[in-house]
Amino acid sequence: MRHIISILIENESGALSRVAGLFSARGYNIESLTVAPTEDSSLSRMTLVTSGSDEIIEQITKQLNKLIDVVKLIDLAESAHIERELMLVKIKTSHDTREEVKRMVDIFRGKIIDVTANSYVVEMTGQSSKLDAFIHGFEEGSIIEVVRSGPTGISRGEKGLHL
Amino acid sequence: MELSGGHILVQCLKDEGVEFVFGYPGGSVLHIYDAIFHQDEVKHILVRHEQAAAHAADAYARATGKPGVVLVTSGPGATNAVTGIATAYMDSIPMVIISGQVPSPVIGSDAFQEVDTVGITRPCVKHNFLVKDVNDLAETMKKAFYVATTGRPGPVLVDVPKDMTDPNIKVPYKYPKKISMRSYNPVVTGHKGQIKRAVEMLLTAQRPMIYSGGGVILGEAHKELTELTQLLGYPITNTLMGLGGYPATDKQFVGMLGMHGTYEANMAMHESDVILAVGARFDDRVTGKLAEFCPYAKIIHIDVDPASISKTVKVDVPIVGEVKPVLEQMLELIKDSKLKPSKSALESWWQLIQSWRDVHCLEYDRNSKVIKPQYVVEQLYQVTHGEAYVTSDVGQHQMYAAQYYHFDKPRRWINSGGLGTMGFGLPAAIGVKLAFPDSHVACITGEASIQMCIQELSTALQYNAPVKIINLNNRYMGMVRQWQEFSYESRYSQSYMDTIPDFVKLAEAYGHVGMLIEKPEDVRGALEHAFALKDRTVFLDFITDRTENVYPMIEAGKGHHDMKLRVAPGTPVDRELS
Repeated sequence: MRHIISILIENESGALSRVAGLFSARGYNIESLTVAPTEDSSLSRMTLVTSGSDEIIEQITKQLNKLIDVVKLIDLAESAHIERELMLVKIKTSHDTREEVKRMVDIFRGKIIDVTANSYVVEMTGQSSKLDAFIHGFEEGSIIEVVRSGPTGISRGEKGLHL
Repeated sequence: MELSGGHILVQCLKDEGVEFVFGYPGGSVLHIYDAIFHQDEVKHILVRHEQAAAHAADAYARATGKPGVVLVTSGPGATNAVTGIATAYMDSIPMVIISGQVPSPVIGSDAFQEVDTVGITRPCVKHNFLVKDVNDLAETMKKAFYVATTGRPGPVLVDVPKDMTDPNIKVPYKYPKKISMRSYNPVVTGHKGQIKRAVEMLLTAQRPMIYSGGGVILGEAHKELTELTQLLGYPITNTLMGLGGYPATDKQFVGMLGMHGTYEANMAMHESDVILAVGARFDDRVTGKLAEFCPYAKIIHIDVDPASISKTVKVDVPIVGEVKPVLEQMLELIKDSKLKPSKSALESWWQLIQSWRDVHCLEYDRNSKVIKPQYVVEQLYQVTHGEAYVTSDVGQHQMYAAQYYHFDKPRRWINSGGLGTMGFGLPAAIGVKLAFPDSHVACITGEASIQMCIQELSTALQYNAPVKIINLNNRYMGMVRQWQEFSYESRYSQSYMDTIPDFVKLAEAYGHVGMLIEKPEDVRGALEHAFALKDRTVFLDFITDRTENVYPMIEAGKGHHDMKLRVAPGTPVDRELS
């Protein structure tokens, strides 16, 4: 099963490699990983998407907790949560297709943030499945480049992951 | 007080109460070595190879309970130490390693003797630090000792770039008395409700077993474990790392368990209905085939490391906490409980265990004309009255030591259990002897293992650490040969050496005493003579049976109840077959 593990970690050099090293050393898989400092610059927030049986996920969370730099973590998949991913897509356009592409972007509530004679750059956020659907809506060859952040998430309600 | 980084490091060690530093100098640590030169409170032990520095410090920690300290230079100094660091990591030994690093401005430029020490050691340390500001040095050292010695112990490395120890840069020095880290809060006491459940389960068991490991030794819980075991009257087995956690000569002790454990210990585990696992981690050498591990048992597991619980074997009652306070809590509940262990159930359980004991799985041919390795260990046990500190290398001799030297006290059995590092024994013996100069220290080894760190014979002489080397010389890498005999139709691929040095001459060349023993009748006398030479290191080269194997054995992929037994002449197994 897919799990989203949200980690508060000391914002120290090497902290990211401790997490990545743990996954490769123990043979766990990482589907995606995002990391950035929080409002407290001494801490980073990491969102890690992984999958595995309940036993493996239990080991992953225990092993992550064991890392000295990890302050706290939660498995978002265990409760109600919101997930978003950011995507930037560069799409080929021609005089004939420009309107059609713009309509697609509107349908998916994206934004066109760069325009040239032959291309658009589209910014879009949403659940990963929505971003997949947008990409699948185009013919092969019309997409020049896709950049995705990987999902990040937050739990619903008042409770949060903080110190 | 204003000090330079080099002096700060040495002062930190003094403030930590460190007695010995095991190390080897080099370019990046010259400032630190200069600071060492100016004092004699912290004694530096100059080894002959950095791997040995780590092993000696590690063994010092195993024998004393205090953290071992290592000092090595950048690049090859650090990489040489890695085997020793990994050895300590696998066995959860508290150790602090200070490694020199090239000056900060040139880090990343492939400078002379530069290596990414923090990166290389990351998977085999509990934690590591790269010091980036000399003002952080003292606090980082405090953190290193704190992390190394608390929770589940382990090695912690502090990488110190050369400019951090520049004698011209002095900063105020203050060693923190206490330290707390928001991201590191090891659990001490166990969950009360879980402990209550565990006690009820234990007291209502029909065929109980206590299975204890290295955690009991590390957690100084042997007294509590012994009291609990004797209060209940239950059988107990120890892992390789746990030997000495319960007195081996006591009648409730059924021997070591696992691959080369006793028949009675493994059978009792297999048939047990309630297992209390204390500070043990269900290692693959203990469990054998997981699917067949303890099929009838409910398992209670006490461990300070939550990640050890249900890692390989799913347990029924997990208790996260230090073993000592948890056992104390359990003892209190057991004493107050209305439930008492069922006398009749326990009686028939012990009868069953006796029937397994009657197999005498550790019997061997005592009339052999060649020296049997088991006989040497038995004689060593008698000559040293079971009081020696015994270190070992890895292989057959390690198993014979574990099987035939009966450890009644903790911290007397010093071996590389997890990583299985050949070359550990001799430097380990030196580390132990320095800690306990008045005690007997024996290194049980083989002619292959001893050659991996033999250069340390020189260190033993320099620091007057007279150890006795019990070399069980069968002219084979015995354990490799044994597996090749069993699993590869006796194709002994590369498991023997055509040239073996004359160990007597070698010992003499290093300034020690060498003895060659070729006949069983000379074993006892040689050992007595060697231990009488109190202030000399003695290399006893015992020429042992080439074909001897370690029995009993659980072969790879088999369960506890499926042991391969020795057919020794006159034993019950032999009688059964004939």
